[in-house]
Amino acid sequence: MAIILDRETRLLVQGITGHQGTQHTRAMKEFGTSVVAGVTPGKGGSAVEGVPVFNSIAEAFDRLPADRRPNAWICFVPAPFAKDAAYEAMESGIRKLVIITEHIPVEDAMQLMAYADYRRAVVVGPNTPGIISPGEKAKVGIMPAAVFRPGRIGVISRSGTLTYEVVNSMSETGFGQSSCIGLGGDPVVGTSFIEAIDMFNADPETDAIVMVGEIGGSAEENAAEHIVSAGIRKPVFAYIAGRTAPAGKRMGHAGAIVLRGRGTAESKVKALTNAGAKVARVPSEIPKLLKEAGL
Amino acid sequence: MVGKGTGGAVRKEGPTAPRSILFKMESIHPLLRGVVMKLMESKSRELLARHGIPVPAGKVVTAPEGLEAVAGPVVVKAQVPVGGRGKAGGVKFAENLADARARVKDILGMDIKGYKVRSVLVAEKIDIARELYLSITVDREAGMALLMASASGGMDIESVPEEKLFRCHINPLIGLQSYQVRDMLAKLSLEKPVGQQVSDITKKLHAAFVAEDAELLEINPLAVTPAGKVVAGDAKAVIDDDSLFRHPEHKEAELDITPLEQEARDKGISFVQLDGDIGVIANGAGLTMATLDALGLMGGRGGTFLDLGGTDDPEKVKQAFRILKKAKPKVILMNIFGGITRCDTVALGVHDVVKAEGAGAPVVARIKGWYEEKAREILKDAGLITANTMEEAAKKAAELSREA
Repeated sequence: MAIILDRETRLLVQGITGHQGTQHTRAMKEFGTSVVAGVTPGKGGSAVEGVPVFNSIAEAFDRLPADRRPNAWICFVPAPFAKDAAYEAMESGIRKLVIITEHIPVEDAMQLMAYADYRRAVVVGPNTPGIISPGEKAKVGIMPAAVFRPGRIGVISRSGTLTYEVVNSMSETGFGQSSCIGLGGDPVVGTSFIEAIDMFNADPETDAIVMVGEIGGSAEENAAEHIVSAGIRKPVFAYIAGRTAPAGKRMGHAGAIVLRGRGTAESKVKALTNAGAKVARVPSEIPKLLKEAGL
Repeated sequence: MVGKGTGGAVRKEGPTAPRSILFKMESIHPLLRGVVMKLMESKSRELLARHGIPVPAGKVVTAPEGLEAVAGPVVVKAQVPVGGRGKAGGVKFAENLADARARVKDILGMDIKGYKVRSVLVAEKIDIARELYLSITVDREAGMALLMASASGGMDIESVPEEKLFRCHINPLIGLQSYQVRDMLAKLSLEKPVGQQVSDITKKLHAAFVAEDAELLEINPLAVTPAGKVVAGDAKAVIDDDSLFRHPEHKEAELDITPLEQEARDKGISFVQLDGDIGVIANGAGLTMATLDALGLMGGRGGTFLDLGGTDDPEKVKQAFRILKKAKPKVILMNIFGGITRCDTVALGVHDVVKAEGAGAPVVARIKGWYEEKAREILKDAGLITANTMEEAAKKAAELSREA
């Protein structure tokens, strides 16, 4: 089952004719994802990797038979156009959006997240590697499939490469993944740690949750509070990057009235530890902790 | 209390003055966002004025000329992209025109934390009866702008108790609503003539926040003069670096970054100089931070944060490596996880630049992922020390730095 993606996922690739769009359409298809359409305005009528290209999402819905219509969307379009593209997707009724694009202005991100709430759409990203469910043979993202293995651990991360590092160390030691979701590295993103934890907690094919966090914001602290208040019973493991980051270099020392001392690596590690999570000091310690917990 | 201050803008510069409280937010940490686009005071003032928010009359000059408009007491302030100007002697008062010219002359050309003062702001000295606080920032967890205000601003803002602080989120789809401003005025107990002006300023501040793609607009103090006029005593603006494509006017902003960081920025490389002696280069911000942390665990100290990003373009790798060399690290620690990036092409870029120009320091490389065997061969051929894991590489680099 896994989260967000399953075998019924039918993907539309926005910006399919660009270099990234084409390369990753091929990779996602090779992994097993059902890619039903691509959209690039002005390039309708062509095909990329055997996927029909349309001028707009509306046109894709018009032309495709009902059982081939997309229910998930991935965005490769450049930052200045990403918000418009996301609105187009949500207006079409698609409610699963993965935004790979990085450098989207924060104001644009805030607007489209508010609209996603209104539309009850799930947004992953922006600036995310995407989401992958190895056992479901579904990947909507740019992560290297080779490091993933089907299994029963749910992975939630704010990073890209660091996630591959952690996942690779898990796969090499026999801990496969039910799903791995990259929340995105930007200040304002769609799906949060809390929402992802709830999804994994409800997933019968997930036994444990691995969080890969980093300094900045208070998403990890909020997640820690949620683990306690929502009574999450599945074991949670975490790695937090940025323990040696110089908070004082330009920001002054931590302690802003918004964060009230939260946001640092120590604060996150402490909050998660207090919530019962096992926190690794280096990425490769994650599989050791999983093993110690008898998973 | 009438005339209690000599201009809030000035007092904030003293050694005991608080830095912008919101500016400490980790959400704009340079390791996460590449750079913090904090505008200089004169630019922040201009930004507010452009959106109709009253600021004390003032002028930016680059020579002790053009100050004929000075009629009364003024404050002369060095324009540099760093805090602590007051302590460094970059803020002076003047009673008249001749005095103002002399102070401008004093301050121009001063060195403040490595920045040569090229311009000064000469602004009317305002009498302050009361100091308020007003700001809008991005609340990343809520995904919305956050309006904050307090009836007691100025130096004491950090110690204002939570219940005396007004805060509300602004839904980006509907914007700031009048009821929210009314709630704010009620919480701050602002009476009519002042309340009306604060209301107007708050609405303009929000309009400016959206129009300018700001991450932070902060007025502290929002000064009330003895005559009951509300003006921005000081202004801080942080602009979203990712919005520059639609704000070309902010591209030239002078930032608090080192010349080498500026050079990297111009080349599109994410690079921050740190205090340690080990140059760290990795791909991805999270992995680069994790590498620095592993180094810390092994007793080493990172001297650079260089995030190669997703590139495997040998040219870009070469450029990044050259920047790293200029930081003169004692040891270089490279950690690449090739997921979608091919390890061997990254390795080739490093190989070529090291072979042609030398590394300037021993290089410990850990490279894992796609085409890693080939990459390791290439790196060995360039004379690099290779390691199999992040910890092993970090340990080796820390040892070498102690020996060096």
